Amino acid sequence: MSPAMSLTAIGLVIAATIGIGLFGLRISRTTSDFYVASRAVTPRWNASAISGEYLSAASFLGVAGLVLVNGADMLWFSVGYTVGYLMLLVLIAAPLRRSGAYTLPDFAETRFESAVVRRICSFLVVGIGTLYLLPQLRGAGLTLRTVTGAPSSVGAAVVAVIVVINVAAGGMRSITFVQAFQYWLKLTALAAPIFVILIAWRSSEHPVGLLDSLHGAGAEWAEPLSTAGGRDHPLYATYSLLLALCFGTMGLPHVLVRFYTNPDGRAARRTTVVVLALLGAFYLFPPMYAVLGRSFAPDLIGAGADTVVLELPGRIFPGTVGDLLGALVAAGAFAAFLSTSSGLTVAIAGVIDQDLLRGRLNRVTGGDYLAVNGFRIAALLAIALPYLAFELTGRLSLADTVGLAFAVAASTFCPLLVLGIWWRRMSTVGAAAGLLVGGVAAITAVLVNVIGPPSGGWPKALFGQPAAWTMPLAFLTMIVVSRLTPQRIPAGTARSLVRLHTPEAVDVDRSFPQP
Amino acid sequence: MFARRRKHFGTPADKATYATLHTASLATPSLREGLTPAAAGKASKHLRDLLGTAAIAICDSSGVLAWDGVGGPYESNHRRDAKAIAAVTLRTGRTAVLGPHDVACGDPQCPVRTAVVAPIVTEDHVVAVLVAYSPRSSAALVRATEEVARWVSGQVELAELNKERTRAMEAELRALRAQISPHFIYNALAAIASFVRTDPERARELLLEFADFSRYALRRGGEFTTLSDELRNVERYLVLEQARFGERLKVSLLIAPEVLSVAIPFLVVQPLVENAVRHGLDGTTGIGRITIRAQDRGLEAEISVEDDGAGSDPEVIRAALAGESAGDSVGLGNVDARLRQVYGDDYGLVVETAPEAGTKVSFRVPKYSSGVHASA
Repeated sequence: MSPAMSLTAIGLVIAATIGIGLFGLRISRTTSDFYVASRAVTPRWNASAISGEYLSAASFLGVAGLVLVNGADMLWFSVGYTVGYLMLLVLIAAPLRRSGAYTLPDFAETRFESAVVRRICSFLVVGIGTLYLLPQLRGAGLTLRTVTGAPSSVGAAVVAVIVVINVAAGGMRSITFVQAFQYWLKLTALAAPIFVILIAWRSSEHPVGLLDSLHGAGAEWAEPLSTAGGRDHPLYATYSLLLALCFGTMGLPHVLVRFYTNPDGRAARRTTVVVLALLGAFYLFPPMYAVLGRSFAPDLIGAGADTVVLELPGRIFPGTVGDLLGALVAAGAFAAFLSTSSGLTVAIAGVIDQDLLRGRLNRVTGGDYLAVNGFRIAALLAIALPYLAFELTGRLSLADTVGLAFAVAASTFCPLLVLGIWWRRMSTVGAAAGLLVGGVAAITAVLVNVIGPPSGGWPKALFGQPAAWTMPLAFLTMIVVSRLTPQRIPAGTARSLVRLHTPEAVDVDRSFPQP
Repeated sequence: MFARRRKHFGTPADKATYATLHTASLATPSLREGLTPAAAGKASKHLRDLLGTAAIAICDSSGVLAWDGVGGPYESNHRRDAKAIAAVTLRTGRTAVLGPHDVACGDPQCPVRTAVVAPIVTEDHVVAVLVAYSPRSSAALVRATEEVARWVSGQVELAELNKERTRAMEAELRALRAQISPHFIYNALAAIASFVRTDPERARELLLEFADFSRYALRRGGEFTTLSDELRNVERYLVLEQARFGERLKVSLLIAPEVLSVAIPFLVVQPLVENAVRHGLDGTTGIGRITIRAQDRGLEAEISVEDDGAGSDPEVIRAALAGESAGDSVGLGNVDARLRQVYGDDYGLVVETAPEAGTKVSFRVPKYSSGVHASA
C-alpha cells in the first residue's frame, strides 16, 4: 500500500466533503424558479443521504473483520444493520414524521408532555452518541496507522478536528447532497476492488480455489453457531445481537434527525424502503472481503482483523493496481468516519445545546450570548467526550462497540418509541421508569465491557450482548409501571395518537386543546 | 460575632413579625390562583397558622371552600353548619361574632365553640367569608380575623387582576391575525385590469392566481403551515407583482430543501417579501433585486428576505417594530409580534438596513416547538 497515494485520496475525500458542504448548496439551489426551489427532497435522495450517514466505520471495516475472525455467525451483523430499517419502517417511520419532532427529546416532549422524560432522553442521546462516535474515531486511527504507520491517536484527532471545524463552521450541517454523495463513494470504494479482484481471479491461468479455506481445518469457521473465535453461548449471543441491531436503529440520534426532511409520513415510508435496498446492496461486500481475507491474508486473523478491508487489495495485487485500489478503499473508509461522525456530532451537539447548555449559559452570561456560539461549544463537547473515551479505552473491536451502542438504544428509545406510538395507556411515570431501568442496565453492561469483561461463560455472554435481557426489562418496566400509574397518562394522549396515525391528507383537527 | 448575630435577628417582637410575614408569604401563591376550592384548601392551613385558632373555614355562597383544623367527627358536624354561620356576613358584609349557642355541637371536648366571621371583599362585593373557630372569642381575635380577611381580600383582588391581564393578552393574540395589505389588493386588481383588453388570457391567469392567493391568505383554522406552502404563496404574490412591475423585478431563491417541511406561522414570509418589493422598487425606475433565503441551522431554520433598494433609517424600523408608528412597515411589526408570541422573545425579526444600503430582514424558527403543527 502506498502511503502517498492513499493520503492523496483521503485528502481528496476531505476536500470534496467540505467543498460540497460549503458551496454545493449555493450552486445547486440558487434559482429564480420557485418550482425548482420549493421541491422537497425526494425519497431517493433522502435515502442515499440516510444510508451515507448510517454506514459507519463499523460497517465499512468492522463487519469484514468480525466475519474474518469469528465466522458465519457474524453475518448477522450485516443482516441486523439492514433489518433495523425494516422495524423502523413497520413500526415508527410514518407516525414519527407526523409527530413533527426533530430530535428524540422532542418526541418525548410532544408525546408525554413532560420535561423530566425529555431530560432523560437528552442524556441518553449524548450517551448513545458518544458510544457510537468512539468506534468512528478508533476506525480513523486504525486507517491512518495502516496507511502511514502513524500512532492511532493521530487519525482519531484528525477526524475529531475536521468534524468540529466542519460542524462549527456551519458546513455539512445536514446537507442532504453531501451525505448522499458519501453513500455512493462508500459503495464504490468497497465494491470496485472486489470486482477487480474477481475479474483478475477468473482470468488468471490457475485460479486459486477461493473457498479452499472453508474445507478441512477452516470448516468450523463457516459453520453457524460454531465457537470459532472463542465466543461462548453462540445461540444466545446471536439472538441478543439480532435484537439489539433490529430494534436499536430506531433509537440512533442521527438517523431520526434525517427523517424530518421528508415532507410527510408517506414519503418517510418510501424513503425507508429505498434505504433497505441501498443498505442491502452495500452489505453484500464486507463478507466477501472476509472470505478473501481467509485465503489471502490469514495472518490478520486476530488483533489486526479490522484492517482486512484496507490490506486486502495490496496483498492480492502488489504494485500500482493494488496501491490504487488501496487508496480507493482508504478514501471510502475516511468518508465513512467523516459522514457518520459529522451527522452524530450535529445531532448530539443540538441536544447538548438545547437541553443541557442553553439555560446554564444564559445564567452565566446573563442572557447575553449568541445561539451560534452555544452550538459551537456544544459541538466541541460532543466530539471531546468520545475522544477522551477513545484515549481511555482500547479493548473492544469496532463492530462490538457499535453493537453495544445499538443495545443501549434498543433498551431505551425502542420501548419509548414503540409503546409511545402504539399504546394508549402509557403513562409519563412508566416512560421515565422504563428509560431509566433499561438505560442503567444497558450502560452497566457497556461499562463492564470497557473496564474488564468477565473471562468467559454466561457472564461474558450476558454482558457482551446485553440486549436480550435489557430490552425486555425496559419494555416490562414501562408496561408494569404504566399500569400502576394510570392517573399519570398524559392528558393529550388521544389527540397525540390521532395526529401520529392519521395520514396528512385526512382533514382532522390536530391542534392541541388550548389550556 | 455572637452578639452581632443576636442583634441581627432582633427582639422577640421582631421575630414574631418575621414569622408572621413568612407564614403570610406561604399562603400568597395559592391565593393568587383565585378562590377555588383547591387554592383555598392550600392557603387555609397557613391562614390558620396566622390566626392560631382551633379551626378556620373559608365559605362562599355555594358552601364551604376549605376547612382546616380539628378533624374527625367535629369537622363533619361543623362543616354542615358553616354555611348557615357564614350567611349573615355574606349578605351584609359586616363582621359577626357567634357564641356557643349558634356554634357549639354539644360535645364538651370540642374546641369549636365560638366563631368570628369576617368578610372577604373584592371591588365592593363580598365574595367569601373567613370563619375563625375557637373555644372562646376575644376582641383581639376579632381584630386579627378582620385583618387577615382584609389581607386575603387584597390577594384575591390581585388574582382577579391577573386573570384580567391574561384575558387582555388573549384578546391581543386574537387581534394579531395574519393580515394582507389592502394596498396590494388594490394594486393587483389594477394591474389585472390593465391586461383585460390587451391580453385577456393573461388577465384570466392572473385572476386565478389572485383567487388562489386570497384563498390561502383568508383561510380559517390552523395557525401554522409549512415553509414550502408559504413559499408557494409567495410565488403567487410575486406573479401578481410581476404583472405590475414587469422586468424591473428580479427574484432569486436560495432554499435548503431540508427546511421545506418546517412548520411556521402562516403569512410570515409574504409580508417580508411585500416589504422588500416596496422598498426595492418604489421611488426608483431601475431594476430591483430580491433574494429569498431559507437555510438549515441545525435545530433551527433561518429565513431571510433581502432587497437592494433605498434602505431606510434604522430608527424608523425600530419604531415600526415597536408598534409606535403606523408607517409603511406595519406588516413587519405584525410579523415580529406573531413570531414572538409563538416562539418567545428570542425569535423576533432581525432587520439590517441603512440609507442607500438595501434592507435585509431575517428570522429564525425552531424546527420543533411544542404546540406548533402545520395543518393542511
